[in-house]
Amino acid sequence: MITIDGVSQTFKGKSGPVEAIRDISLTIGEGEFLTVIGRSGCGKSTLLRMIAGLLKPTKGEVRVAGEVVREPRRDVAMVFQKPALLPWRSVEDNIMLPVEIFGRRKADHRAQVDRLLETTGLTGFRKRLPHELSGGMQQRVSLCRALIQNPKVMLMDEPFSALDALTREELAVELQRIHMDLGTTIVFVTHSIQEAVLLADRVAVLSSRPGQVRRLVEIPIPRPRSFGHNAHLDQVAGVSAELHSLLLSDTHLPKTSTL
Amino acid sequence: MTDFDAGSRTSRVWTNVGLPILGVVITVGAWWGITAAFHIDPFYVPSPADVVDTFLRTPEFLLQETWTTLQRVLIGFAIAVALGLVIAVTLAASRTVERMAMPILAAINAVPKVALAPLLLVWMGFGDSPKIVMVVLVSFFPVIVSTMAGLTSTPDDLQELTRSLKASWWQTFVKVRLTWALPQVFVGLKVATPLAIIGAVIGEVVNPDRGLGSVIAGSGASNDTPLAFAALVLLAVTGVVLFYLVAGIERLLVPWRVAK
Repeated sequence: MITIDGVSQTFKGKSGPVEAIRDISLTIGEGEFLTVIGRSGCGKSTLLRMIAGLLKPTKGEVRVAGEVVREPRRDVAMVFQKPALLPWRSVEDNIMLPVEIFGRRKADHRAQVDRLLETTGLTGFRKRLPHELSGGMQQRVSLCRALIQNPKVMLMDEPFSALDALTREELAVELQRIHMDLGTTIVFVTHSIQEAVLLADRVAVLSSRPGQVRRLVEIPIPRPRSFGHNAHLDQVAGVSAELHSLLLSDTHLPKTSTL
Repeated sequence: MTDFDAGSRTSRVWTNVGLPILGVVITVGAWWGITAAFHIDPFYVPSPADVVDTFLRTPEFLLQETWTTLQRVLIGFAIAVALGLVIAVTLAASRTVERMAMPILAAINAVPKVALAPLLLVWMGFGDSPKIVMVVLVSFFPVIVSTMAGLTSTPDDLQELTRSLKASWWQTFVKVRLTWALPQVFVGLKVATPLAIIGAVIGEVVNPDRGLGSVIAGSGASNDTPLAFAALVLLAVTGVVLFYLVAGIERLLVPWRVAK
């Protein structure tokens, strides 16, 4: 579904160029859930923005569904760290925003809005304004807004990192369920090992600046997964430890090391 | 519903209505007390009672003049707001135009408007138009500056969102930037409201025909200080009413902001 082919990104900083991403190549299959994990400033978000077509790679190219990405695509939906809701629009009107912008008929999407509100437990809040909702609920609205696009690909940029730990777990479990239901290809950027292990089919561990793929780790734990109590605690602990040591050892390695 | 709710409602009425009224009562009381305690000659500072007496001598006349001034203020203010919004939107849409136009606009704003009044007399003669033009000149700038500030303050996350949705410039502008700018626009409107009244009065004092500014100019000639004070109080009341009117419209149009 997504092919990242030798992609690099160098920004022009005030004191010379800053290399954010160096030569990343990845293939993400249809329906796969890939999480990208790394320390802050390792270029995770930059990579995501290049897949989204919000940022042009300095070198290399990204293809989604076989087409080279040169601008944002309407079958690719983004979920940001902040909910990015319009404060004057009710929950349902916020969810309808992409429908309006795409020039589609709202009437055709009402039923879908109802369904999405129900899945995310927001039915009773459809007429509320964003400031009346908790952070977790706002991020749920933002998720619904992405899903109304019927995206082939969802790109999520640390979507739960501003939330408290419990809400975060709740939303991660919910997202897993949505992914299992819809089979959307998801690239999910995070710095939480726990989230990565719960959600991902594969985890791409990025090294610090310039961001490179240190290792691709498979998470073979069967779904649905849950936090804490489950039958695969040993596996969870093993994979978590592996990711942890990969992220920790990062600083001691020379910057040029590759896979 | 509960005691707690009832209590909070009472306290809200008290803060929103009671406290402002109390402030006015204390101020008028202090004014009265000082004029009485120091036996100030009404020729210099009349007491509130003198002012009310003067008003009651010719209430229709003074209200008529208030209405004249108010009309000029409203027409001029409406033009200033429309003009200010159009200019601000144009400037926010194009950096080139903004760079070219900003020094001119700032220069126009910096010219002392009193100095323009005689010119307006030459160009437009007597009557309403020079006063209305004065209102526009005095009050358009804050509308432009605040609207532009609002239009350029769209947060990054919302900009990324519209970009990722491939929204057109126009869609982004109408659905996001314009509404996002509204609270800022209202800041400008609240600054511009009293300026509009000042503009009308400058026009009327320099070039008197009718309106409260002319009343003040005339009272100076006839040494009628209480009359000047009556006109000033009417202007002040007009200003307060207009200000709260704008604030009321803001409450209607920007409920998400007021709620915070």
